[in-house]
Amino acid sequence: MYGIDYVPESTDEPVRGESLWAKLWSLAVAYPLGLAGAIIMAAFVLAAVFADALARFDPLTTNAALSLARPDAAHWLGADFMGRDVYARLMYGARISLAVGLGSTCLGCALGVVLGLASGYLGGWVDLVVQRLVDVMQALPLLVLALVMAASLGPSLGNTIIAISIPLVPYAARVIRSNTLTLREMPFVEAARAVGMSEFRIAVRHVLPNTLAPLIVLATAQLGSAILTEASLSFLGLGIPEPYPSWGRMLSESAAEYVRTAPWLVVFPGIAISLAVFGTNLLGDALRDLLDPRLRH
Amino acid sequence: MGTYLIRRFLLMLVTLFGISVLVFVMLRLVPGNIADILFDAAGMINPAEKAQLEKELGLDQSIVVQYLKWVGGLAHGDLGYSYVSEKPAIDEILPRIPITAKLAGLALAFSVLFGVPLGVISAVRQNSALDYVLRIISLSGLSMPSFWLGLLILMAFGAWFGMIPIYTAPPPTLWDELLLYSVPAVAVGFRSSALIMRLTRSSMLEVLRQDYIRTARAKGASDATVNYHHALRNAILPVVTVIGIEAAFLMGGLIVTETVFNIPGVARFLVEAIRWRDYPIVQNLVMFIAVVAVLTNFIVDLLYAVLDPRIKYAD
Repeated sequence: MYGIDYVPESTDEPVRGESLWAKLWSLAVAYPLGLAGAIIMAAFVLAAVFADALARFDPLTTNAALSLARPDAAHWLGADFMGRDVYARLMYGARISLAVGLGSTCLGCALGVVLGLASGYLGGWVDLVVQRLVDVMQALPLLVLALVMAASLGPSLGNTIIAISIPLVPYAARVIRSNTLTLREMPFVEAARAVGMSEFRIAVRHVLPNTLAPLIVLATAQLGSAILTEASLSFLGLGIPEPYPSWGRMLSESAAEYVRTAPWLVVFPGIAISLAVFGTNLLGDALRDLLDPRLRH
Repeated sequence: MGTYLIRRFLLMLVTLFGISVLVFVMLRLVPGNIADILFDAAGMINPAEKAQLEKELGLDQSIVVQYLKWVGGLAHGDLGYSYVSEKPAIDEILPRIPITAKLAGLALAFSVLFGVPLGVISAVRQNSALDYVLRIISLSGLSMPSFWLGLLILMAFGAWFGMIPIYTAPPPTLWDELLLYSVPAVAVGFRSSALIMRLTRSSMLEVLRQDYIRTARAKGASDATVNYHHALRNAILPVVTVIGIEAAFLMGGLIVTETVFNIPGVARFLVEAIRWRDYPIVQNLVMFIAVVAVLTNFIVDLLYAVLDPRIKYAD
């Protein structure tokens, strides 16, 4: 994000004794775009958590009288074909997006960490098998693999999370493996071995914590693609089933019909998806600059 | 180089084999098979009829036999029959490939034509207002779902020209074809162009602070010469890799965009086949996508060695 010659001042190692707020403030000043991302993400999380209080209407109640109602004082963002309030559905949709985004990112990263750590630390045939597995998973475009997975598992919230997490596994596995390969040769690993620590304990207690920074950077980037993939799957009718208010589902194929007659049904859910992903991207860029300057590309 | 090529080629075959197993097994995990769906659709209730149907489709055989039959058929160009249309799968798939290929080609051309120059401008005028605007545009490009961008484009066409450019009939002339596909191509390519722009920018910035750039400036070379002759030629290498990967991974964007614009290409066909549980079509299409992706990667690797004489695959 920032230029190569850009050196943030005193952010990496704040002076000891500085208060938490002062540290956060100096970070915010050094990374204004990251701050913007953090604010967007905070709003996104708040909408998801407090959807009940914020929504004003029930997102599932249909009302024929309100079918395709234009935005007005009562229904801020209009109503859909079934007369459901778009604003309420967007608030509850944040919940679905966040649940799928966080769920699949965590699951994908956890599986990737296990595979990457085993592959990098143990080497040998384990490495060989895991690498081929990673090749296979990475050879297919993310959406294609998620699509086939989602179709074979059937449409539900849990299955959508699993379907999106699997294509994310190879990315985490690659990052963890390459870091582990370097860390494995470090003197502190040798020292731990010299004092008789078990290999498993070394891998989990000494190698793993040192791969955390690149993992956080990767996970933030993946959160964005997980949210986008959920939207695409639901848009195609293979993700979150009706009547749950998924943002992608709100834009499903029938949206093309509303492009002329009810543009609010097309514009607002799209803004919600884009804004949430934009927030993760801004935050991800700032985190990458902060935690891992080597991953600039 | 020779041994590297052979090793790389063998790994490619292993990967494709893995994908074929993965896809085949995943599709067989599906709770309801095609027999159930056809069965329900036809309103049949006699279990004997269902067993007959399963037998006809070969679904009563063990999964290993089914897999070997499929792969054996693949080896000599027999892809089986579509469950839905009952026509040979190859006749269903082949005519749709050129449509998607044209769309992908246009999208890639668009993304390179915009992504690379804008990335260079952004880097050369680092931290200017223009740089900030371009960076925010590229980050938005990475954040927008391509199907939404497609819908917005349809909306704009509807409002300004009173028409919506979706596919209704095969375009009669090449020119019509180009016009028809260029709109969805922009919707697909926008994301790739944003990615290419970002990468070109950071790659250019890295090159621009190298010593030889300073030397070039010191000997009095003009800004244009330094930026385009010295810097861009070196900065473009990592960009080539990403262009290759994007070319292979354009499929994701194509799937949703072909759906929005109603284009009868392979990408939309995949979604339809998945909905219908049309296994022969799904597994062959996924294999096709995998072959294209893996081959593209292979070619990009080779291209990289050609473009950058420093790289030697000595393995």
